Amino acid sequence: MIHAWKKLLLLIAFATVLVLAACGGDSDEASSGNNESGSDGEGKTIEFMHLWPEGSSKQHYEIVEGIIDEYESNHSDVKVEVEILSNEQYKEKLKVLSTSNELPDVGMTWAAGFLEPYVSGNMFASLDDLLEGPLKDKFVPGTAEAYAIDDTTYGLPLELNITPLFYNKAIFEENGVEVPETLEEFKQVVQTLVDNGVTPIALGNKDRWTGSMWYMYLADRIGGPQSLNDAINRTGSFEDPSLVQAAEELKSLVDMDAFLNGYNGLGNDEAKGYFINEQAAMYLMGSWDLPEWTTNEDNPQEFRDSIGYMKFPVVEGGEGDKDSFVGGPGVGLFVAENSDVKEEAKDFVSFFVEKWGEQSVEKAGVIPATKVDTEGTDLPQMYVDVLNDLNQASNITLYADVQMSAAVAEVHLDMIQALFGDAVSPEEFVKEQENALAQEE
Amino acid sequence: MNKVMSNKAVIALYVLPALILIVGLIYGPMLLTGYYGLMEWNGMASMTFVGIENYIDLIQDPKFWESAKHSFLLAFFSTLSLAGYLIVSLVLAGKIKGSDLFRKIYLIPMLLSSVAIAQLWIKIYDPNNGMLNSLLMSMGVETPPSWLADTNLVLYAIFVAILWQYAGFYIIIYYAALKGIPESLVEAAKIDGANPIQIAYKIKVPLISGVIKVTVVLAIVGSLKYFDLIYVMTGGGPNGASEVIASYMYKKAFDTFDFGYGSAIAFFLLIITLIVTWLTRKLTATEDEVQY
Repeated sequence: MIHAWKKLLLLIAFATVLVLAACGGDSDEASSGNNESGSDGEGKTIEFMHLWPEGSSKQHYEIVEGIIDEYESNHSDVKVEVEILSNEQYKEKLKVLSTSNELPDVGMTWAAGFLEPYVSGNMFASLDDLLEGPLKDKFVPGTAEAYAIDDTTYGLPLELNITPLFYNKAIFEENGVEVPETLEEFKQVVQTLVDNGVTPIALGNKDRWTGSMWYMYLADRIGGPQSLNDAINRTGSFEDPSLVQAAEELKSLVDMDAFLNGYNGLGNDEAKGYFINEQAAMYLMGSWDLPEWTTNEDNPQEFRDSIGYMKFPVVEGGEGDKDSFVGGPGVGLFVAENSDVKEEAKDFVSFFVEKWGEQSVEKAGVIPATKVDTEGTDLPQMYVDVLNDLNQASNITLYADVQMSAAVAEVHLDMIQALFGDAVSPEEFVKEQENALAQEE
Repeated sequence: MNKVMSNKAVIALYVLPALILIVGLIYGPMLLTGYYGLMEWNGMASMTFVGIENYIDLIQDPKFWESAKHSFLLAFFSTLSLAGYLIVSLVLAGKIKGSDLFRKIYLIPMLLSSVAIAQLWIKIYDPNNGMLNSLLMSMGVETPPSWLADTNLVLYAIFVAILWQYAGFYIIIYYAALKGIPESLVEAAKIDGANPIQIAYKIKVPLISGVIKVTVVLAIVGSLKYFDLIYVMTGGGPNGASEVIASYMYKKAFDTFDFGYGSAIAFFLLIITLIVTWLTRKLTATEDEVQY
């Protein structure tokens, strides 16, 4: 009996060694592979991971392929090896790769809050030298800054989004209302539409960031861009009167039935459906939706023609001006800190950002984070208008949930849903967020 | 052959591959989760050992208890609904016309993926264009509720979808068990003058009591760790009104990067599930198993 157990233990030990050996062999191979790509003077390989598969993002994919081809033909000694995953898988894989310290040399990241854990884990390289050098003054102010932590930039943005208030001109005309300039006029428009049995605003607040944009604009128009930013970066407080007032204004819109019935249970895509089906008059959404209103053949031409956009109305006596936008950079590129080909990777990133800026608007309907000259480009009018607005923007306030750390963002988003759902008072709304922010200090 | 199978070393050798798989893929990660629960960790940077702090926080976290309450409510309704599934199976297993067709209809939800079911019910519950509210409005209800946005209703609205999703699964189990009852027993009862309800109640149900016990455990355990429809339909919202333990765990671990706390929740869930399973088995244990 004892003899048998000894044998069993021995077998387990043996098997464990086998399994471990297999794992070990794997990582050995991987690291030797890295060395080859790194130190071999002749051919260098930059591993590049992005999230635009040919199937779902054809235009993006093709631009990337084009840029890589061009780069490789300029640098005969460098090869770019691409790995492509779709959005959610990409995020998952990035997390896993970083825990085992095997990030690709160049990859994609998002700004501020997303970046933070990676930077604190010392995974991303500083890109300050690119911003000082070849890419100096190429970016729209405020975009690259969103990728900075403690004054060091760890990513370079590829996209920039602002959030216009889209509206249906046909519905406005039918109901005899004009584009409002002020919040008072805006409320009158809402009231008229409600009285006529038209849903004024499509909103899918299940996703919560959608409702957050409404709050952010009201806070910006009442307290100016500083009040919300200061509350988040702790030079101010979330209990600032202007932030309470913004919550009160939002609540009064809710009480007027300004938003689509059942918004707290509807996802953003469902809410967008109401706007596209012309069941709602207005829709506040990022400029990433521009192709939807201009070039997307799935939507009828007549509908696309009837969509216009306005800047968010100002509040009388408020600090914020009409040219201030809620928005922020979308995805950006990072270089891995432990990359074997760091210099080449940085050079590639710099090349990529510039080429992307030149091509992405026209070919993929992306508003790049680099400055765009609209002269001589063949773009739908709405793009030209948005790009021009962007060039004249007095301020762009980064989406609140992106600015905040993940834990605080969660509190903010929950509070947004609670405020919309009448579950908290404006005072409780600011208090909870102030507490969460204060706790993190 | 007998000689080989009595050799302990050989038995051990045969058992070993499965043992390694189970330990490596199930028990190992389980213990690892418990271990992570003792850490403060964002999933990337280095871990800090904090002892049972996460578990203490957990016990004092009202949001956790709220979601636990929802999970137990789901377990309660799932168990209750088993009675309904049993009745349906009894009817289907009887010789009625079209029972074959009905069996297939009840089975359909099992063939759909959870995400598809969630999308289907989202459409049904759509407050303005949805099937349910259109029906209610045509019946004269002026302001039908917006099911998934109403904090008082959302949980039950989702429960209906979940119960629908699993109906086919339990019905098929009961159906198979009922079909296994020897015809002679039912015939004998008929000759003694028992009516169909008596046959069902006094003969059939006792004979499949073992299967019923298994389904009770399955329903309770499945409910406690339920995740998918809720995650897709509401994400636990609005304001946590439909949050369950598993969705809360996911939110903590992956949305707020609090892996330590998320792991603590997961481990706690494991313990709760083990206790409840043990309790259920204790409570439903009977002295003598039916034989036929």
